[in-house]
Amino acid sequence: MLKEKIAFREPTIQLAHGAGGKASRRLIEGLLAPYLNVSELNDAAYVQIDQAQIAFTADSFVVNPLRFPGGSIGELAINGTVNDLAMGGAKPLAIVTTFIIEAGLETEILEAEIKAMHEAAEKANVAIVGGDTKVVEHQKADKLFITTAGIGLVDSRVNLSAGRVKQGDKIILSGPIGDHGITILFARGELDLEANIKTDTRAVWPFVSKLIDAAAPGLKWMRDPTRGGMATALNELARDAKVAIMLEEEAILVNPEVRGACEILGLDPMHIANEGQFIAVVSEEYADTALKAIQQVPGGEQAAIIGEVFESDRHIVLSRSSYGGTRAIDMLVGDPLPRIC
Amino acid sequence: MKMRFVDEFRNPELIRKTLDEIERIIEPDDHFRIMEACGGHTYSIFHFGLQELLPKNIEFIHGPGCPVCVLPPGRVDEGLEIASKNSDVIFTAFGDVMRVPGKKGSPLNYKAMGTDVRMIYSPLDALNIAMKNPDKKVILFAIGFETTAPSTAITVLKAKELDIDNFFVYSNHVKIVPVLKSILDQPNMRIDGFIGPGHASVVIGAHPYETIAKEYKKPVVISGFEPLDLLQSILMLIKQLKNGESKVEIQYKRVVMEGGNVSALEIMNQVFEDRPAFEWRGLGAIQNSALKLKPEFSKWDAEVQFNVEKITIEENKDAQCGEVLKGMLKPNQCKLFGKVCTPDNPVGALMVSSEGACATYYNHLYSTMSL
Repeated sequence: MLKEKIAFREPTIQLAHGAGGKASRRLIEGLLAPYLNVSELNDAAYVQIDQAQIAFTADSFVVNPLRFPGGSIGELAINGTVNDLAMGGAKPLAIVTTFIIEAGLETEILEAEIKAMHEAAEKANVAIVGGDTKVVEHQKADKLFITTAGIGLVDSRVNLSAGRVKQGDKIILSGPIGDHGITILFARGELDLEANIKTDTRAVWPFVSKLIDAAAPGLKWMRDPTRGGMATALNELARDAKVAIMLEEEAILVNPEVRGACEILGLDPMHIANEGQFIAVVSEEYADTALKAIQQVPGGEQAAIIGEVFESDRHIVLSRSSYGGTRAIDMLVGDPLPRIC
Repeated sequence: MKMRFVDEFRNPELIRKTLDEIERIIEPDDHFRIMEACGGHTYSIFHFGLQELLPKNIEFIHGPGCPVCVLPPGRVDEGLEIASKNSDVIFTAFGDVMRVPGKKGSPLNYKAMGTDVRMIYSPLDALNIAMKNPDKKVILFAIGFETTAPSTAITVLKAKELDIDNFFVYSNHVKIVPVLKSILDQPNMRIDGFIGPGHASVVIGAHPYETIAKEYKKPVVISGFEPLDLLQSILMLIKQLKNGESKVEIQYKRVVMEGGNVSALEIMNQVFEDRPAFEWRGLGAIQNSALKLKPEFSKWDAEVQFNVEKITIEENKDAQCGEVLKGMLKPNQCKLFGKVCTPDNPVGALMVSSEGACATYYNHLYSTMSL
C-alpha cells in the first residue's frame, strides 16, 4: 500500500529539490509525506489539544550570506516561522531554536545573529523558550544553520482550506514582490550589479490579525510566498482547490529595482522569494473589507486585490496584461537561472 | 535603474494602434509564416501573449536562436569531463548552461556531486576566478551567438594582456546568418520572412542579412524584445510582403546600427576565426557557422590545451528537435512533448532554456490552449 504512494524515483537529491518549486514538491509528495503519513501540506500543521487548536511548524535557514541589506539569517529564522504560523490563522506564541555551527565561526558573528533573533522575537511578540546547539567540523556546514519550530493558537473564527476556494473569490497580495530574492542574489556579490534594495523580511501577523477581525467568515486560504515565489504558491492553490486563477498583471506591485534586475537577468518576479508578504483568498463579499483592514496596518498600504478565482478543468494560473494578452504562470522549475542573451 | 524605457514599449494604446494597423492591411486570404530567429523573441511572443492578439493568419515559426538549444549533446559532457577528471579544474558557465542535460548529468548535477562548477554572469567573472585561484585551471564554457562572442574575445585579450596562464576558453560560439541560410536551404521550407535577432545584430549590424533579402528574397526586420517592438516589426514585415519587397530593415533603431558595433567586430575578428564546420543540434553540420580561437591564442584554447575526448551522444530517436527547429513541427506536435520531455526533465535541449521553443510552448501556450 505504502509502496504505491512512493512516486519519487530520482536517484539523488539535487539542489532543485530544495528550491521550493516543482522538484521540491515531487520530493515532498512522492517520498516524505507518504512515509510520514502527512496528508495535508500547509505552512503550518494543526494539532488539537483538548479544546485548543494549535498551529505547529518548523523551518530551517541556510541563507548565504548570513547578513544582507535589511536583514540577516537570525531575523529570517524568527519571521519565517512566525509567518508560517500566521498563515495557519494562528497567533504566534512560542519558538524553540537549534543552531548548527561550523567550527571556527567568529563569536561576534554568532552573537549578532542571536541578538537579531531576540529583537525580531520581541517585535513579533513571540517568546523564544528553548533550543539546542551543535558544532560540526570546519567545512562540514556553511558557517551557521538555524532551525526554528513554533506553536501558535489558531483563531477560532477562521476556517482555512483550499477546498473552500470557489469561483469569484478574490486574491489579495500584501505588498510588492521579489525584494528578498533579488536582495540575496545581489548580496552574494557574484553579479556586477548594484541596486538600492533590501529584504522585505517582517512578521505578517499584525496584518493577518486585523484581516481576521474584519473578514474571518470570508477568509479561505493564506500563504506566504517564500521560495518559489508567488507563482508557485498560487499554482499550488489552483491545484489543491481544483480551480484556475486569473491575475491582473498591473495590480501586482514590483519595485522598480526588482523589476529592472529581473529584466536584465531574465527572471520572473513571480518566481522570486519573499519573506514579508502574504497572499490571502477572500470571498467576493468580504474582499473590500479585508483589503481595507490590511491597508490600515502600517506597512500594509500597498496591499491590493490582484486577481480572482474561476472555475476550469485546467488548474492553472494565468496573468492578463494591460493590453489584453494573457500568459500562463508556471511553478518555479529548479532555481531561477539568469538567461544568457 | 530607469525602467521607463521599457514601459513606453508596453504602452497599451500604442500596442492597440499597431494591432489595428496590422489587422487593416492583412487580408483574409493571406497566410504569413514568420520565423523569429531569436529565442528571446520566442519568449517575448508568449510571455506577452502576442500570438492571441494577432490575426490567425500570421504564423510564427520558432527559429534556432537559442544558443543553449542548438548546442550538440556531448559538447557539455566534453567540458565537464575535463573538470571532473582533473581536481584542479574549475568549470564556469552561464546560468542557462547549468541545466543542459549531458550523458552523466547537467553541470548542476556535476556540481552537486563535487565537481567545481561555478555559474558566471560575464566571461570576465571567469577570468577573475582564475586570477583569484592561481593554483587552479579555469575553463570558461563560452556560448552564444555574436551577442556574447565579443565579451569572450575581450576576456581572452585581457588574459593575454595580464599574462594569465590558468584561464581557458572552450568556445561554442556560433553565427546567426549561416544557420538561417541553412534552414532556408532545407527542402519543404516555407518561411515568408524573418524577425531578425536584436542582440546579435547590435554587434553585426544589418549588412550580413542582405544575402537573405537578396539571394533568398526574404524580408528581414531586426526587432527589439518588447511587445510594441515585435508588433511594429511584424507590421513592417507584412508591409514588405504585401508590396512584394524583400529588404533588411531595423525596427530596433534605439540599439542596433546599420554597420553594427565596429569595435566589437574588430575584437571578435582579432580573437576568433570560423570553424570549417560545426554540428548543430537537430540541423547537422553547417559550414562556417561557428567560431574558434585563432592559433595565436591557442594558449587559452581549452580544446588545444586539454586532451578533449570527443563525445558523441545518440539523441533519443523519438525526439523531433530538428523538425521543430526547422519549423516543420510545432513543439507540441513532437512525440515526446509534455509527456517524456518537460522543463523538469528535458530530453531535448529545446526544453532546457526558458527561451527554447519547447519550454516556451510548455510554459505558456500549452497551458493556456486547452483551457
